[in-house]
Amino acid sequence: MPAIRSARVRRALPAAAVASALLAAAVLWLAWPESAAYTTEEQVVSVRSGPGGDEPVDLDTTLYLPTDRSGPVPAVLLAHGFGGTKQSVRADAEDLAGLGYAVLAYTARGFGRSGGEIHLDSPDYEVRDAQRLLDWLAARPEVGKDADGDPKVGVVGGSYGGGLALLLAAQDQRVDAIVPMITWNDLSRSFLPESTGADPVDGVFKKGWAGLFFGGSAGIGADPACGRFARDVCEMYQRTATTGRATPEAVDLLRRSSPSTVLDRIKAPTLLVQGETDTLFPLSEADANARGIAANGTPVRVAWYTGGHDGGEGPRSDRDRVRFLTAQWLDYYVKGEGEAPANSFTWSRVAGFDAMDRGLVTNGYSVDDYPGLSGTATERVALAGPPQPIANPPGGNPAAISTLPGGGGLASAASEVGGLIGDLPGQHAIFQSEPLAAAVDIAGAPTVSIRAASPTGEAVLFVKLYDVDEGGAATLPGGIVAPVRLTGLPADPAQARAVTVTLPAIVRRIEAGHRLRVVVATSDQGYATPAEPALYTVALGGDGITVPTVTGEPIPTTAVLWRWVLAGLVAAVLLGLVVVLLVVRRHHRRTDSKIHEEYAQTPLVVRRLRKEYADGFVAVSNVDFTVARGQVVGLLGPNGAGKTTTLRVLMGLTQPSGGEIYVFGHRLVPGSPVLSRLGALVEGPGFLPHLSGLDNLKAYWRATGRPAADARLDDAVEIAGLGDSIHRKVRKYSHGMKQRLAIAQAMLGLPELLVLDEPTDGLDPPQIAEMRRVLKRYATDGRAVLVSSHLLAEVEQTCTHAVVVNKGEIVASGPVEEIVGDSPTVRLDVSDVDAAEAVLQRLAGVRSVAGDGTNGLVVDINGTARSEVVAELVRAGVGVDRVVPRRRLEDAFLALVGDNSRGSGDR
Amino acid sequence: MSSTATIGAAAGYRPGRTLSVWQEWRRQATRRRTQLALGFMVLLPLIVLIAFQFDSGGDDDNGGGEFASLIDLATSGGLNFTLFTLFVSAGFLLTVVVALFCGDTVASEASWGSLRYLLAVPVPRARLLAVKLVVALGYSAVALVLLAGTALLVGTLRYGWSPLRSTVAAEIPAGEGLLRLLGVLGYLAAGLLVVAGLAFLLSVLTDAPLGAVGGAVLLFILSSILDQITALGSIRSFLPTHYSDAWLGLLSTPVQSDDIVKGCISAVAYATLFWSLAFWRFTRKDVVS
Repeated sequence: MPAIRSARVRRALPAAAVASALLAAAVLWLAWPESAAYTTEEQVVSVRSGPGGDEPVDLDTTLYLPTDRSGPVPAVLLAHGFGGTKQSVRADAEDLAGLGYAVLAYTARGFGRSGGEIHLDSPDYEVRDAQRLLDWLAARPEVGKDADGDPKVGVVGGSYGGGLALLLAAQDQRVDAIVPMITWNDLSRSFLPESTGADPVDGVFKKGWAGLFFGGSAGIGADPACGRFARDVCEMYQRTATTGRATPEAVDLLRRSSPSTVLDRIKAPTLLVQGETDTLFPLSEADANARGIAANGTPVRVAWYTGGHDGGEGPRSDRDRVRFLTAQWLDYYVKGEGEAPANSFTWSRVAGFDAMDRGLVTNGYSVDDYPGLSGTATERVALAGPPQPIANPPGGNPAAISTLPGGGGLASAASEVGGLIGDLPGQHAIFQSEPLAAAVDIAGAPTVSIRAASPTGEAVLFVKLYDVDEGGAATLPGGIVAPVRLTGLPADPAQARAVTVTLPAIVRRIEAGHRLRVVVATSDQGYATPAEPALYTVALGGDGITVPTVTGEPIPTTAVLWRWVLAGLVAAVLLGLVVVLLVVRRHHRRTDSKIHEEYAQTPLVVRRLRKEYADGFVAVSNVDFTVARGQVVGLLGPNGAGKTTTLRVLMGLTQPSGGEIYVFGHRLVPGSPVLSRLGALVEGPGFLPHLSGLDNLKAYWRATGRPAADARLDDAVEIAGLGDSIHRKVRKYSHGMKQRLAIAQAMLGLPELLVLDEPTDGLDPPQIAEMRRVLKRYATDGRAVLVSSHLLAEVEQTCTHAVVVNKGEIVASGPVEEIVGDSPTVRLDVSDVDAAEAVLQRLAGVRSVAGDGTNGLVVDINGTARSEVVAELVRAGVGVDRVVPRRRLEDAFLALVGDNSRGSGDR
Repeated sequence: MSSTATIGAAAGYRPGRTLSVWQEWRRQATRRRTQLALGFMVLLPLIVLIAFQFDSGGDDDNGGGEFASLIDLATSGGLNFTLFTLFVSAGFLLTVVVALFCGDTVASEASWGSLRYLLAVPVPRARLLAVKLVVALGYSAVALVLLAGTALLVGTLRYGWSPLRSTVAAEIPAGEGLLRLLGVLGYLAAGLLVVAGLAFLLSVLTDAPLGAVGGAVLLFILSSILDQITALGSIRSFLPTHYSDAWLGLLSTPVQSDDIVKGCISAVAYATLFWSLAFWRFTRKDVVS
C-alpha cells in the first residue's frame, strides 16, 4: 500500500508542480502592473551580410528595455512570422520586457521598412543579419554578457521567426536558448509533403499555402512578378507552382533554408512549441527537430497546443501554458534563474465549446518524456470496406476542401464540430471501423496501409482519418490530410501492393461508440493534383489502422483554485451567519431582562419622546404622558400634530430619536416581546386582500404563534359586526368594513393595552356610538385603551383621560372631566350686541366681553350664574337667542387650531 | 431566553414561534400571483411541446446561432426536450419568476399595510425577513423543479427516454444525462440567487411590489447588455450575469466546470451581499408604510 501510494505521489508530483507553477504564472501575469515596465528605442540598424558578408542592409528594430533593471539584463531576439513586421510581435515583446529581458524586435529583410529581399531564412542573408544583431546587442551596455562580444541572449519566434531561431542557433553558438514555435524542420517537405516517406521531389505540392505566401509578398515593390522576393526564390516558386512538381534544385534551395540539415550544430537548449491545428507545419516538423537536436545531447522540450497556422493562438489555457513554458525556459537557460525546466511533454486536447466566449475549450495533459509521434502505446482498430473505384477530376476541379489555410480559429472550430465541405461523390473511398467499445485517446500519427491501382501507373491520393459520431457526423481532426503520390502502380487492382501511409499527427479523443473512418480521396483544394482524368481503384492494404495513444496526467488548471475559493466563500458565509446569529441572540438576552420596576403595573409611560426624521423634520419634539390601567386615554390633536408618529414609535415601527416608552415597565424598542401585550390599529387597516376577513384574523393570530384559544376570535368577530361579509375577500370590503375588521384584529386576544388610531374613521354614526360603548367596556379588568383622534367630540365622549398635542408637544393632559369641565366663559347670541355689551360691562362678576360674529359675544362671567346674566340682559330689553357654555378642552383645542386650521404637518 | 415564557410578553408568546415558515408558505400559496406563476411553469413545457408538433418540415432555419443545435436536438428525447425548455426559460422567464417571488414578498406586505401589524405582533424583524426569504426561495425552487419536471415528464412521454445529445460532446447515456440535467438545474438555481438577492433587497427598500420586481429585472437586463459589450474587457467578469451561460459546460465531455465554479462564486458573493444589505437595512429602517 505505501509503495502504491508513493508511486502515485511521484506521478502526481510533476503535475502538481506544473499546476502550482501555472497558478503562480497566471497570478503573476494578472498582478503585473499595467504601467509601462519598459522603455523602447526605435532604430534602423545597418548590418552587412550576404555570402561575402559585405552587402549592407537596413533593419528596422525596436529595443525594449525593462525600466526597473539594476545592471545589465539578458536579452531576447524576437523574430516575427512571414509577412509580419516588428509590430506584429509587439505584445510578446512587452511581455518579455516585463519579465526583465532586453527585447530586440526587428523586421526581417524584405518586410516592412527593412531593406533587402526575402531569401527565406537563408543562412547567408537572414541568419547572418541576425548574427549581426547579436553583435549589436553585445555592444549595448544594458545587455548582460557571457563573454566579450557574446551577449546573454535567447531567440524567440514563431513560424518564419521560429525557423530563424533554429538556423541562427546552428550558425552562431552565442545563442543561449531558443524557443522556436510552429515552425518547420524541412521546408521542402512542408511544401511538398508525401506521406509514404518519398522524397520532396515526388511530393504533392501544397499549392494553397504556397500561393498564400508568395502571393502575399509578390506585387510589392518594383517587380510585379516577384515583389520583394529574391530572384532565386521567386524563380523556384514559379517553376514549382507551374508544374506542381519540385526539381531537385528547388528542393536544394528549400533545404538550404531548413534546420533539418544543421540540427547537429544546435547546442542551445530548445523549447519546441507546435500547433495541433496546423496544415502548414504539422506536428511532424517539430518532432523531426526534437529528435535531431536531442541527438546531440542538447536539452529539448516539446509542447503542443490547440492552434497553429490554422488554429490561431488557441484558447487562453493554452496561451498561458505556452507563455509560462517560454518564460521558464528563458529564465533558466538565459537569465540563469529558477528551477531547471522539467523534461515533460505537455499537450492539450479539445474538450468542447466554451460556453462563455464561444471559443474552444481544451484540457492540458502532461507526460514525463516526449513520446514522439508513435505514442506510448498503440491501438489497432479494424477497418472494413471493399475496393472502391474513385475518379481523379480533370484539372483537379472540383476538389474537396479539408481546411482553409490560415483560416484562424473559426475554420478550426468549424472543423472540430462539423467539418468543412466534405468529400465529393465519386472522388473518395471509405473504409470504416465498427463503433469503438472504449474511448481512444489518439496523440500522434496513425498509420494505415492501402493498395491502389491506376491505369496510368501513378496516383495522387489524399488519405484522411475522420471521427464519426453515433449520428453519422464526421469530423476531420485538425483539418489535416495525408497526401501521397504512388508510382509504379499496376492497372489491375488484384496486383496492387500495400503501402503504409503515415497520417498526420493529431490529438483527439475518439469517444466510445464513435467510428474511425479512413477516406481516400483524389482531390484536395489545398494541393496540386494531376490534371489528367483517371480512374483509380483503392483498397485497404491491411485489416485496419494503427493509432498511437498517450495517457497523460491532466494539468490542473486554476479551476482547482477557484473551487477552493468557492468552498472558502461558502464556508465564510455560513460562518458569518452563525456569528451574526450568536451575536443577535446574546444581544436579545441582555435586553430582555431590563424592567423598570416603577412602571411595572402601568400599561404605558411615554417619557420625553422625540422623533426627528432623516430629512430633519421634527414630528414629535417632547411628549410625556401615562396610560394607567382602566383608563381610556384620548390623544387629541390636529392633523399632523405628531399623534401617528407617537403611535408608530409605540408599535416599534420607528426608532425614537430621544426619550423612552415603557410598556408595563419594559422599555419598548422595535420588536420588544412586550409588544405582544399590545393590540393596535395604526394608520388604517392592513389586510391580505386575497383572504376573507375571517381568514385574515386567523392568519394574523397564527402569526403571533400564541394558542388559538387565547384569540377570543368570536368576540372579535362580533365586535367587527360584519355578519356574513366576514367570509368575503377583504379586497371587496368598503373602507368602514376594513376599519371595523382592523379594530377587531387589534382586540384579538384581548391585549392589555389597546392602541387605536382614528378608530371611527369611515364608520357611520350608529357604529361610532357602538364603538364608544365597546371601548369603555374594554378598559376594565386592568386593561387600558389609547385612542388618537382629531375629533374633539369623540375624545370627549369616549375617554376618561385626554392628552392634547400640537406641533409635537403636549399642550394639555389630565382627566377628561377636569379639562372638559365648565370653563368660565359663555357664548351668547343676542339681538342687540351693543346694548348687551353695555349691560354686561356693568355686571359685577363679568371680567371681559368680546365680540364674536355679527350678533355673538364671548363673555367671561367668572362664576356668575348663567341664569343671572341672561336675566339681566332680558331685563335690559336685550333678546337672548342662545346661551352656549364653553368648555376648557374646546378652549384649549381652539386656542391651538381655531385661528389657524393648518396642521402642524405643514410647519 | 427562558424555556417557559418570554419575559414581559403575553402568555404563550415566544419570538421564535411567530410567523413560521409554514404559515408564510400558506399566506403566499393563497395568492393568485403564486398560483399563476407556478401554473405557468407547468404550462410552458406543454406549449413548447405543442409548438414542436407544428413542425412544418423543410424549413430548417433556426437562426444558425451557437445554440441552434439545442433546437435541432430538442425532439430527440425527454432529456433534450427538458434541456431545451430550460434553455429558453433561463434567460428571461426564470429571472422574472424569481424576481416576482423574491421582490414582491416584503414590498406587497408593505403596500397592503399588513407589514406593520406583523411587526407589532411582534414578529422580530430578522425573523420576518428570514422566513420571507426562505419561502420566496422555496417557491422559486418549486417553480424551477416544476418546469424541469413537467418538461422531463411530457418530453419523455412524447419523445422517449434516450441519451442526452449535443453537438459539442459525445452522446451522454440517459442515466448520466439525467445527472447532468440536475447539474444544469442546480447551476441555474445558483445563478438565479443573484436575481433573488437583488429583488429581495429592492423589496425591502421600496413599498411598491412592482418597483421591486421590475427593478430587479431591469438591473438584470442591464447587466446582460453590459456583458455583451466586449470593450469592457475583464470588468465583465464582475457582472452578475457574466457566467449565466456557463451551464452549457455541463454538456461537454469531460464536464467544463471552470466557469461554473466561477459563476457559483459570483452568485454566492452577490446574493450574500444583497441579502446582508437587505437585513442590515430592514432591521434598522423606520417602517412608515
